[in-house]
Amino acid sequence: MEPLVAEALTRRFGRLTAVDQLTFRVHDAEIYGMLGPNGAGKTTTIKMLTTLLPPTSGTASVVGFDIARQPGKVRASIGYVPQMISADPQVTGYDNLRLFARLYQVPRAEREARIASALAFMGLTNVGDALVRTYSGGMIRRLEIAGAMLHRPKMLFMDEPTVGLDPLAREAVWSQIERLRKEQSTSIVITTHYMEEAERLCDRLAIMHRGSMVAEGSPAQLKATLPTPNATLDDVFAHYAGGEMETGGGFRETFRTRRTAIRLE
Amino acid sequence: MATRTSAGAAWGRVAYSHLDRTFAVVEYEVRKLQHDPSELLLRAVQPALWLVVFGEVLNQVHLIPTGGVSYIEFLAPGILAQSVMFIAIFYGIASIRERELGIAYKLIVSPALRISLVTGKALSASVRGLSQAIIVYLLAVGLGVHPNLSPLAILGVLIAVVLGSMLFATLSMIIASLVKTQERFLGIGQLMTMPLFFASSAIYPLSLMPAWLRPIALANPLTYLVEAARTLMIPGEVGLAPLWVDFSVLVGVTALFLVVQSRLYPRMAQ
Ligand SMILES: Nc1ncnc2c1ncn2[C@@H]1O[C@H](COP(=O)(O)OP(=O)(O)OP(=O)(O)O)[C@@H](O)[C@H]1O
Ligand SMILES: [Mg+2]
Repeated sequence: MEPLVAEALTRRFGRLTAVDQLTFRVHDAEIYGMLGPNGAGKTTTIKMLTTLLPPTSGTASVVGFDIARQPGKVRASIGYVPQMISADPQVTGYDNLRLFARLYQVPRAEREARIASALAFMGLTNVGDALVRTYSGGMIRRLEIAGAMLHRPKMLFMDEPTVGLDPLAREAVWSQIERLRKEQSTSIVITTHYMEEAERLCDRLAIMHRGSMVAEGSPAQLKATLPTPNATLDDVFAHYAGGEMETGGGFRETFRTRRTAIRLE
Repeated sequence: MATRTSAGAAWGRVAYSHLDRTFAVVEYEVRKLQHDPSELLLRAVQPALWLVVFGEVLNQVHLIPTGGVSYIEFLAPGILAQSVMFIAIFYGIASIRERELGIAYKLIVSPALRISLVTGKALSASVRGLSQAIIVYLLAVGLGVHPNLSPLAILGVLIAVVLGSMLFATLSMIIASLVKTQERFLGIGQLMTMPLFFASSAIYPLSLMPAWLRPIALANPLTYLVEAARTLMIPGEVGLAPLWVDFSVLVGVTALFLVVQSRLYPRMAQ
């Protein structure tokens, strides 16, 4: 059974069609990337797949459960790292994880060990008892990923996991995502603006443009679709998304995206 | 018989798992207060001013007829209720902050029932309310009030404070879910507090109110928190209605608000 099957998923906001008839599948233990300019509909797609936003039409099943009819079962089986900062700066890293361990009903006997191992997996053991307010952007992201894997979800959604991180922090997040897939066979959907990230992490990519999927395939396959020899992923993106880096994203979105880049204090 | 017990046990496990999530939220919010308790101390200033300045002045002049008790004794439970409401009515600002960061998304995407999350938030607001109640008790005793110190009376006041905090905190979260931005939220919050306060029996008895205000005061849940606190806290005071009426109104309105907010809460992640 494939962990994610989306059929003609569509979401409108008033007259704007943010996601238009999206159909795709994610295979077992695959890292699937959604690449697209601002406003392409990446976050809206993830919100529908995680049951946060009801689709206007279309269906999807996630780890075998229908997002509209069995939202509770979907929620219990997935992990989600939102685009925005979702760790609470007012408490410690440990407190953040403890809340989610209980909300996801990690058995009491295993809870402490799981939290400790998630912190260790993400290289946060010595800062677990520090307030998140004192963390760097990269540490915050790694804490959020630690929180999303506590209950060992079969499927993980990460919305721009490395936005605003410096190259070193980005590299650290990438290698943890790869380990997660390798060691726990988690299927992972990520969204990104970064060609480098798409190339390095993703088995397959969907290029989104104005709510539609305009191309899909492995990075090598996508490059081979262009007539130019030695095409790069940048060329692929320019070809399919019309070289347009800006199709939307007003002040509010930009503000939100940027804020994930800064420290909380 | 055997199947019935196992069905009962299964039901018990499910109920326990939902309650456990509620308490997970409470524990987490209490942690937050432990890391930064400054708000609680700052919040003590306002009730102190009301009791020490306003209360003492009116106590001298005997302007307000308060039956067999002094004005300060009449006022103390009113200020207790008021300070519980004031600290709860801005509680929704935290939900707006959680939405502006992405924390609300992660709560709402978790398998916890919305009602468990919302009840947990409301219950943790009552921790703040209880800290206010303790401060008002101490101030009142300092000003010469002899509150009823029987354990049952104190327990009754504490339960009323928990219910009142939950009620106004949930109302506050409902407003937050509807308006979503800090600016609008603060505007509405400020617009609401004074009318709720003055259209209640907190600082004067209902009998002094103009006829048009009385039905409004009777529809105001704050009045029932004031009356419950007054009956339980001040020996010799009898509220407008029997205690069970006060408590039924507080429980009923709180439950209604919790259900409404559990329906609205997912909007914080859309
Ligand atoms: N709640 C909403 N109400 C109205 N319009 C919305 C809402 N959410 C998103 N949109 C619009 O839908 C479109 C797609 O937005 P979405 O956030 O999915 O894009 P994105 O690909 O994630 O962009 P970014 O790279 O900036 O995160 C945008 O034009 C956006 O303004
Ligand atoms: Mg986005």
